[in-house]
Amino acid sequence: MLRYVAFRLLQCLAVLLLLSAATYGLLGLMPGDPIDLMVGSDPRVTSEDIARLKALQGLDRPVWERYLNWLAAALHGDLGYSRLYTRPVLDIVAERMPRTLLLITLALLLALVVAVPAAVVAARNPGGAVDRGINLVCFAGISVPPFWLALLLIIVFAVTLGWLPAGGTASADGGGALDRARHLVLPVLTLAAASVAAYTRHLRAALIEALSEDYVRTARAKGLSERLVATRHALRNALLPVVTLLGLDVGSLVSGALVTETMFAQPGMGKTIYDAVMGNDYNLALVGLLVAAAATLLGNLAADIAYARLDPRIVYRAEDGS
Amino acid sequence: MIVRAIRRLGPSAALAAGVLLALALAAILAPLAELALGLDAEAVDLFGRLQPPSAEHPLGTDELGRDLLLRLLYGGRVSLTVGVVAAVAAASIGTAVGLASGYLGGRTDALLMRLADGVIALPLLPLLIVLAAVDLTKLGLSPEAAASETVLLGRLVLLVTLVGWPTTARLVRAATLGLRRREFVEAARTLGYSPLRIALRHVLPNAAAPILVATTLAVGNVVLFESVLSFLGLGIRPPTPSWGNMLTGAQELIWETPSLAVWPGVLIFATVVSVNLLGDALRDALDPRSRRRSGG
Repeated sequence: MLRYVAFRLLQCLAVLLLLSAATYGLLGLMPGDPIDLMVGSDPRVTSEDIARLKALQGLDRPVWERYLNWLAAALHGDLGYSRLYTRPVLDIVAERMPRTLLLITLALLLALVVAVPAAVVAARNPGGAVDRGINLVCFAGISVPPFWLALLLIIVFAVTLGWLPAGGTASADGGGALDRARHLVLPVLTLAAASVAAYTRHLRAALIEALSEDYVRTARAKGLSERLVATRHALRNALLPVVTLLGLDVGSLVSGALVTETMFAQPGMGKTIYDAVMGNDYNLALVGLLVAAAATLLGNLAADIAYARLDPRIVYRAEDGS
Repeated sequence: MIVRAIRRLGPSAALAAGVLLALALAAILAPLAELALGLDAEAVDLFGRLQPPSAEHPLGTDELGRDLLLRLLYGGRVSLTVGVVAAVAAASIGTAVGLASGYLGGRTDALLMRLADGVIALPLLPLLIVLAAVDLTKLGLSPEAAASETVLLGRLVLLVTLVGWPTTARLVRAATLGLRRREFVEAARTLGYSPLRIALRHVLPNAAAPILVATTLAVGNVVLFESVLSFLGLGIRPPTPSWGNMLTGAQELIWETPSLAVWPGVLIFATVVSVNLLGDALRDALDPRSRRRSGG
């Protein structure tokens, strides 16, 4: 197991390395040029000055050489300065990361709290009215564009009813814990919607499958109540595929966080990446993207490990690769 | 025959097909609506901004005084075209990869599936944003060409295709794995046909069902991705309307005219829900095993 985890971690590192090289090349293709952006339209700066500045910053070098320099510096803990915020990139990431983690964790919890009972109820009578109703709601959750859901929530709860704030993390006067919690409600709801729907559908399918297994028949034959059979016997086994789904979902949650944070003005990694790309902040965009990718890869790895721990029949070997 | 096939899919799928058909027809007939209303979809009227619905403007006007209904119809042309074209492109690539992976097996299979897993595992939206922000003039395109509608549309289709293929690839691979041990494939192999011919003539037609389902479901995903990218200002750019970019302006006006934010979203939502319902019903109808599992 330990060898397997080490092997997978190495694999993740290799993917990140590849991704950093590809992204570095891509960022060079984004509009504008760091030096032009720096000098702006200052009439006193001559083209010789610009050439000298470029040479000073190493921008006259070929892109692969610049990448290797960046990599060497990055491995020494120097990820460069952000152009937008004129501060070290690492500081900004450290500052923005907690907000995204908070949003994603709350959304995951909410998704599980809603999805597990919903799936149990739906699986009790497949094809029945309740099941079909839940199924329809799930379809809506999967199909709704996240930014539009955010707009609707703002229209209903902020504009029309005035119950909840439309964005930000706290009221202008700082606010208390309750005020901060109120600012979290709409972003978390937006972020959780797609996950709730996906988990419910998968868990429902897994539950129906589990309910037709022999051990469930045995449990019923023992005279256990249908409720106990569903929760103690079927649910425990049906949760297994959902664990994998949780890990795989990190990627879509990171994507979702980008939209949600932008819509609700949340200072997290998603909004930071978007602002960095739109504001030609190359260093910040690159690191932000790598952090998002690393989180996703680790999520996948965590899912695989949890899967093996929960199901003793699964044995991983390093040579398997996946 | 088509009617009977849809009837067999059940009422919700029939409704979904109807909605999609109506949306497509409305988008195709947009110029007729323009004539009927006696308006120009692009005409800006700064004195008639944000008007409520009236006889002249059935759904009112937007922040530049353009007729909302006509913009929605023309936006539908863009959004639906991108959706179908990119979904077919993604499904084609996915089918090719899935066939190669499933039929050839071994190292090819391992390599292609790792690649597909890799694409699925990445945080797609941040990556798409970086890709969409690439300045095409730096790739050697002239500024006019880089800003042209066709190039921007093409780029969007390309980007969405790039992330859309792995789902189809996996489905087709699974189907191919099941087919390659079947007698008729063995027979074709005994006859000495080339692997390419067997894959295309014998395996592919029998894998048509999962390919159809995957393509249908891909349309929904693609429409969603297009709307998000366009909403964020990185897909279809104004003045060309798309359902996604029509919502960009709506967000700023949400306190004054919330109704502006409703219509484009309703159409995206209706499209994606219908596509997903239809895809699900198709899967149930074509694959008896999945019907047993998903019940309703």
